[in-house]
Order: sequence, then structure tokens, then C-alpha cells
Amino acid sequence: MRAFVSLSLAMARGLLRDRAAVFFTLIFPLMFLMLFGALFKDQGVEQSTLVQVGDVRVLDTMPHKTRAQLRDVLTIEKTDGSAAARRQALEKVREGDADGVVLQHGGKVELRYSAADQVRSGTVQGVLDSIVQQANQRATGQPPAYALGSTAVEDESVKPIQFLTPGLLGWAVAMGGVFGAAFNLVSWRRKRILRRLWLAPVAARSVIGARVGVNLVMAFAQTAVFLLIASLPYYGLQLTGQWWLSLPLVACGTLAFLSIGLLVGSFAKTEEAANGLAQIIILPMAFLSGSFFPLEGAPQWVRTISDVLPLKHLVAAMEAVLSRGGSWGDALPVMGGLLLFAAVLTLLASRLFRWDAA
Amino acid sequence: MTRRDRNARLPPYPPAMSPRTITDPGTAPRHTGPAITAECLRKRYGETQAVDGVSLEVERGEFYGILGPNGAGKTTTMELLEGLRRPDEGHARLLGTASWPRDPALLRRIGVQLQASAFFERLTAREQIRTFAALYGISEARADEMLETVGLTEKAGTREDKLSGGQAQRLSLACALVHDPELVFLDEPTTGLDPQARRNLWDLLRSSNAAGRTVVLTTHSMDEAETLCDRVAVMDHGRVLRVGPPRAMAEEAGVDSLEDLFLQLTGREYRE
Repeated sequence: MRAFVSLSLAMARGLLRDRAAVFFTLIFPLMFLMLFGALFKDQGVEQSTLVQVGDVRVLDTMPHKTRAQLRDVLTIEKTDGSAAARRQALEKVREGDADGVVLQHGGKVELRYSAADQVRSGTVQGVLDSIVQQANQRATGQPPAYALGSTAVEDESVKPIQFLTPGLLGWAVAMGGVFGAAFNLVSWRRKRILRRLWLAPVAARSVIGARVGVNLVMAFAQTAVFLLIASLPYYGLQLTGQWWLSLPLVACGTLAFLSIGLLVGSFAKTEEAANGLAQIIILPMAFLSGSFFPLEGAPQWVRTISDVLPLKHLVAAMEAVLSRGGSWGDALPVMGGLLLFAAVLTLLASRLFRWDAA
Repeated sequence: MTRRDRNARLPPYPPAMSPRTITDPGTAPRHTGPAITAECLRKRYGETQAVDGVSLEVERGEFYGILGPNGAGKTTTMELLEGLRRPDEGHARLLGTASWPRDPALLRRIGVQLQASAFFERLTAREQIRTFAALYGISEARADEMLETVGLTEKAGTREDKLSGGQAQRLSLACALVHDPELVFLDEPTTGLDPQARRNLWDLLRSSNAAGRTVVLTTHSMDEAETLCDRVAVMDHGRVLRVGPPRAMAEEAGVDSLEDLFLQLTGREYRE
């Protein structure tokens, strides 16, 4: 027990005193969360811009109430009716700076829109059409025959932070595990600490247990910090019912990634080689596992590859329990799979294991 | 001339390094047979026969040196004796117990200093020795005492990579001795040290041996072997060429020094 505690302390101190390691495994993923969280925060429909050339009666006489409602959807830039202004406005639409030009010829309101973005042009056409119809209706002096009553339904679509948090946390856990085990193994082999431990009355389980323990504590601390920051009102993560299931998931994920690190560390002879090898494994895995963006739109072959990656399953299960109200049913199979993965890779690593660099 | 006579001729130890502070006599179980018996050890790496039939016996309390040019098989012999590698043939017994397969009960009774300074990264001198002490179930107080013995108390808060060569070697020795082993293996403990640091380390080794410990070391240095060792084994090409007390061996061969004998036995051609 004392051997386990003191080896854990030695590992933790060695890690925390290595500024580069602290930055890359602890702070770097957190920076990604804060940055991505801020960048993708307001990913709703952007305002459309309409250039009004000269007087357009339906727009100019729009009631204040309608104008206020439109403000979220539409910006109207008014210019004079000259031919130059009209040319300029059309140029803007061509270059994508504006979504449409509106002008009036007698009783006809003319809309010129860009063909580039069909969703945009649809929005602009719809909005303008409704303005014209309302004006028509007002012109009859009759009350409207039909009225549209609308109330907002609570927004339950998944906000980016809801998938960014589990995705980036999974990536962080993967980095911590793979680098932790790989660097530890290579550097202890190079510094001959492995041999020194072999010649001390210490059980292998104390050494391995210390590594696993240090990584678990690190991963849990990271999970706590991630969830705290993402839950800040600014980022607005909403945790769902059994979010705490993410903890056993993180633990199983840590074991799986430690086993990848063991394999890398058994294979690599130098720290540089271990670093390169670990990066080559982690970065593509993170991209293919939906750590940075959802995989829903990805082509089928990408999803087929990602199905064999442990990180993909970890991220999916974490998203389920953190953001989608998932429960044991989502977490348990993934936990089992991760543990199996860890067992197979550890067995493989033990075949490749060497005490010294020679 | 016996070891005790030679020790008697040495200058007195500074108080911090007196033998008494190195060990607490009577704590470890003492065993009666030889400290080491090795019979016909062989180890081959690919094409190289690194160790080719080494047999040796080291008495309890003896200071034993293994000499040889580069590539003579000294380090591999040590590794086979320690139980770090499995011999292809033959077997080694330490304190009456086979060193292969690994036996934690035996490991508790032996101390090892490896050639390179095997330290945990970015830990201070005190943290290093306390970590090693914990591996053997030794108290932190005893670890700090050991640091004092090797004169590193002032450097206790210094990180492993900021220690000088001599300080690192002393720390490494302290880590090997912290659990008061009966038998210590040292692999080239004074390589790369300046004369002051070397003398300082010799004093430590001598006092450690004077406390009743069996010490086995490999070295390139003839004066180190002559000064410290009761007996030396001269090795080359994986074999033991001759064993005996350094001066007596030289006299017997009719040469002036151990170095002359060494060159006579191993030849003058350039190695590595």
C-alpha cells in the first residue's frame, strides 16, 4: 500500500512539474472547450439583409409592431432610388453581402434575390410576401378572415455546447490516458527506473495501480472542470437526469486509453517516437469520433471506421448521458466494450513489453 | 593483509559518515553461507556470447570487484547475479536464495545501484529517497537520515536533474542503501566523478562495507579496485580470467601493479 501511494505521488509530481505535459493534457482541451463553446454559441439562423432601393410603400408604411417583429430576422438598408444605387445594390447581392434587393414599380413590388443560398432566398421571399399580403389586407379595410396564433415551443434542439462538452472531454481523457501511459513507460525505461523497480520488492500491481490511479484522478478532475465551465450561464450546458453516469464512463475510457498508451510505450524507444505515435493515433481518432463536430453528416465510410474506435463510443455514450437524458442502457454496453478493449490491448502490450531500450 | 588492516590505515571518517550511521547492526537476518555463488553462468545476445561460463563465489562481508575492459561482460554478469536477466545456463544464488526467478523476499535484502542514475523525473533528492524507502517499507525519517549520511541534506530540495555528478552518485548510493541491505551491487559508481567526489564516495563505500555489508562493484579504475576491494575478478570475453586479492595477484604475476596485471591478462589492443 505504501509503495502504491508513494509511486502515485512520484508520478503525480513528475506530471504536475512538467509544464508542457500539464498544458497539453490538462489546459489545452479546456481551451478548446472555452473557444469552441464561444464560437458556436449563437449558431441560429442569421439575419437576412435586404437592400431597399428608393421608396417602397409597403415597407415604408409598415406598422411599428411588424417592424419590431421583423428586426430579428431582417435588416433593411434603405438607399435612394438612383440607377447607381440600384446597380450597387445588385452588385451587393451578387457578392453575397446582401440577400436581396427590393424596389417598387408602380403597384408592383419587385424582389431580386441571390440564387446562391436557397434557404436564405426562401426566407427573404417568404418574409417579403407576408409583408405585402398584410399590406393588401390592411388596404381592404376589413378585419382579417383568418388570424395566425403562434406560441413558441420550448427549444429542445441540441445546442452545440451539449455535444462539444462530451466530445472534447472524451478527447481530453484520451490524450491524458495515451500520453500518460506512453511517456511514463518510455521515460522509466530510458531512465532505468523500470529495472530499478524490478529489483525492488514491489509488486507489478502497485506500479500499474499507481498509473491508473493518477490518471483516474486527473480524468475526474478534468470532468469536474469541464462540466463546471460548460454549465456557466455563458455556455449554458444543460445536464440531463443521469449525467453522473459520465463518471464510470470516464473511468472505463481512461483504462481503454491507458492501454493504447501502454502499447505505444512498449513499441516506442524514445519519448519523441512515443509523442509522434500518440499524436498519430489520437488526432485522427478524435476527428473520426465526433470529438470536435457531430458525425451525423459524415459519409458512411467515416462512420464505419469510427465504429471501431473506442473514443467514438465513449463520446456517444457521454453525450447520451450528459445531454440527451440517457441512462444505464446507453452507458453499460459502452463501459463493457471499453473494458474489453483495454484488456485486449494490455495483453498485446505485455507481449511487446521490454525492460530496457537495448 | 586483511580488510580490517587496510581499513585501519585509512584516515578517520568524518562524523556524519561513520560506519555506525550507515547501519543499525543486527536488524537484518544474517546468513552464514557465502553471499554469492554463481555457477557456470552463460548469456548470449544474438551472435555475442556476453557471458561465457562465469563461476564465482563472494564471501560475506567481502568487498568484491569485477574488472574488465569495455565489452568484457561485466555488466551482463552483474545483471545475471542480480536476477535482472535469466541466464541461458547456470545459476546464481544470493544469500542462499536463487536470484532467478524474481523473489521479493530476497530483493528486500539486496541493494542495487544501476549504471545510469535511475531517478524518478522531476523529483527532489528528498522525494527520490523517500519514494525508494517506501518501496521497501522504510520510514521517511530513516530516508532523511540516509540523506544526511551521504551529505545531501542541504540538497534535499534540489531536483534530480540539477544535482552535480557526484551528488547524483551519492544520492543513487543512498537510494541503494536506504533499506540497509546485506548485499549491495554497484555498477561503475565513480565513473565521471572528479577526484574529490570520488574520494568522498570511496569513503562512503568503505564505511558501508566496514559495517558488515557485502559489496560487489564493477569498475574500470585500477586504483579504485586496489584501494577498495578485498578481491577482484578480472574478466574478458565473458570469462573470468583470474580472481584474487589485487596486490597479491600482482606480486604473484611479478608485475608492479594491478594495472600491469590487467594489461597482461587482457592485452593491449584498443577496445571500443
